[in-house]
Amino acid sequence: MIMKIVAEIDRERISTLLREGKRVDGRGFDEIRPTKLTQDVISKAEGSSEAWLGKSRVLAGVKIQVGRPFPDTPDEGVVITSAELFPIASPEFELGPPGEQAIELARVVDRGIRHSSAIQRSSLCIKSGEHVYLVMLDLYILADHGNLIDAASLAAIGALMNTKLPKVNVTEDGTAEVLEETFPLEMGPPPLTVTFAKIDGTLVADPTLEEENVMDGRISIAIDGDDTISSMQKSGGVPFTYQEVTDAIERASKIVKKMRKQLPQR
Amino acid sequence: MSDKKAEAEQPLIDGKGLRTDGRKLDELRPIHLEVGNLSRADGSAYIEHGRNKIVAAVYGPRELHPRHLAQSDRALLRVIYRMATFSVSDRKRPAPSRREHEISMVLRQALEPMLFLKMYPRAAIDVFIQVLEADGGSRCASATVAALALADAGIPMRGLVAGVAAGKIDGKIAVDLSDIEDKIGDADVPTVMAPERGEITLLQMDGKLTKKELATALQMAEEGIHQIHEMQKEVLLKKYAKIRDQIAEVSPELLEKVEEIKEEKPKEEEPKEEEPKPTRKRTKRTTPAKAEEKTKTTKKTKTPKKKKTESPKETE
Repeated sequence: MIMKIVAEIDRERISTLLREGKRVDGRGFDEIRPTKLTQDVISKAEGSSEAWLGKSRVLAGVKIQVGRPFPDTPDEGVVITSAELFPIASPEFELGPPGEQAIELARVVDRGIRHSSAIQRSSLCIKSGEHVYLVMLDLYILADHGNLIDAASLAAIGALMNTKLPKVNVTEDGTAEVLEETFPLEMGPPPLTVTFAKIDGTLVADPTLEEENVMDGRISIAIDGDDTISSMQKSGGVPFTYQEVTDAIERASKIVKKMRKQLPQR
Repeated sequence: MSDKKAEAEQPLIDGKGLRTDGRKLDELRPIHLEVGNLSRADGSAYIEHGRNKIVAAVYGPRELHPRHLAQSDRALLRVIYRMATFSVSDRKRPAPSRREHEISMVLRQALEPMLFLKMYPRAAIDVFIQVLEADGGSRCASATVAALALADAGIPMRGLVAGVAAGKIDGKIAVDLSDIEDKIGDADVPTVMAPERGEITLLQMDGKLTKKELATALQMAEEGIHQIHEMQKEVLLKKYAKIRDQIAEVSPELLEKVEEIKEEKPKEEEPKEEEPKPTRKRTKRTTPAKAEEKTKTTKKTKTPKKKKTESPKETE
């Protein structure tokens, strides 16, 4: 493990500024860094996008497979999300099978999408109990400058909105035949995730790496297309009060409203 | 996915002698290079070679973990080649395959001769290569991009390496095989060379070739590698020109000073380049006479380098 060492003076500076209502990079507490989304960057993927959140950069790609549904949901397709923290993204990432951070990242992004109404998994069913679409969403971090959860969620949404499914013909003997022809993945307004870092009792949206290094805890909230909450994740060893959580949700909802305007149209 | 049979019967060269993508036999695919594209790495580069899209990041020389791997007389060069799950038509499983392990190894051996590893005992130099999209010849393109990333990291090198595959399609020798040409062609010879030094640092082959055909293939690969090498130099020069312009904006005086030093330098330059050992770095600026003495001693203790020491090799 590479240990992160944070100078006391950095911690001091960040919390002193926060008490004065300021952040190190001059942003407001609810102001997220500029976002950018480029779609269709990998031609061999069925859907792909590269997302920038400030200098954090994530590439998401979707591969489609045709497979069997889970026995308890015979009429539903499957969306599987995984994330790779390959060392190209940060000198602190190490080789090896996905660790805690990569697994948390993939699972938080996955839950935000899974429990939203953006993708109706019944629309991914080809033949009940036999054939469904498996949507394999893979996230590759290219640069970690903080708040990978929101950056990865954005990349994931971009890739899914860009995804084309191949048509499938089920023959008489029941085998599935994948055709050349494609159609876009059916999708409603996507969920968007906002993460707050808790530093000295103050919550700030979209923390940078510098802020993440000194934060005591973190809360991520995915807001769905209908302004409901589709998933949350509190992490870090510091407790949150009820008030802090409800405030964070209100603030996230407002931030997401602004973010939606910048999403690509389908 | 479904038209693999049709692919196998498809001719790779048409009546006009052009290949499936319209190239001539000795023509490379379009290549686009970038350096310094990954913000957290010490050095990085990006290549688009045909439809291959590959990024490389370099870290180091840095502390080596785990420590027991440390070599007391040199740095450990680690090269990791990985493909993204969505880089190929059928999703690749995320765990590294045998192929990725082997390519990592041959790429390490392709880069190692270019580095002065003895300058950094006990340290690590890490090269991470991520294939975002693969389209035939990804190991060669990986060598090209990794060499650029090492140069971008400011790690001293004997020279750059670049790679391209040559092979046989429809009975004819061609350079820079695409995905389909690699798959259904008759032979594939991935080659990586240090073009300035005339050294081959990666050579693999599969298929069937006569000795004469192999010689032609290697010649074609070398020709292609020279072209790629020119592009590598160009993109690195552009980067430094940009830095120079930025300095000029902030502090023109500093730039003037650099120019002055550059003009004074020529006499001292040679010995410095000859053997950049850490001990040498710490020694005071030697007078040209003294420096020459030192280079002589280093020549005796092998390390072939620079044109003078290289020539006996070529005549071998």
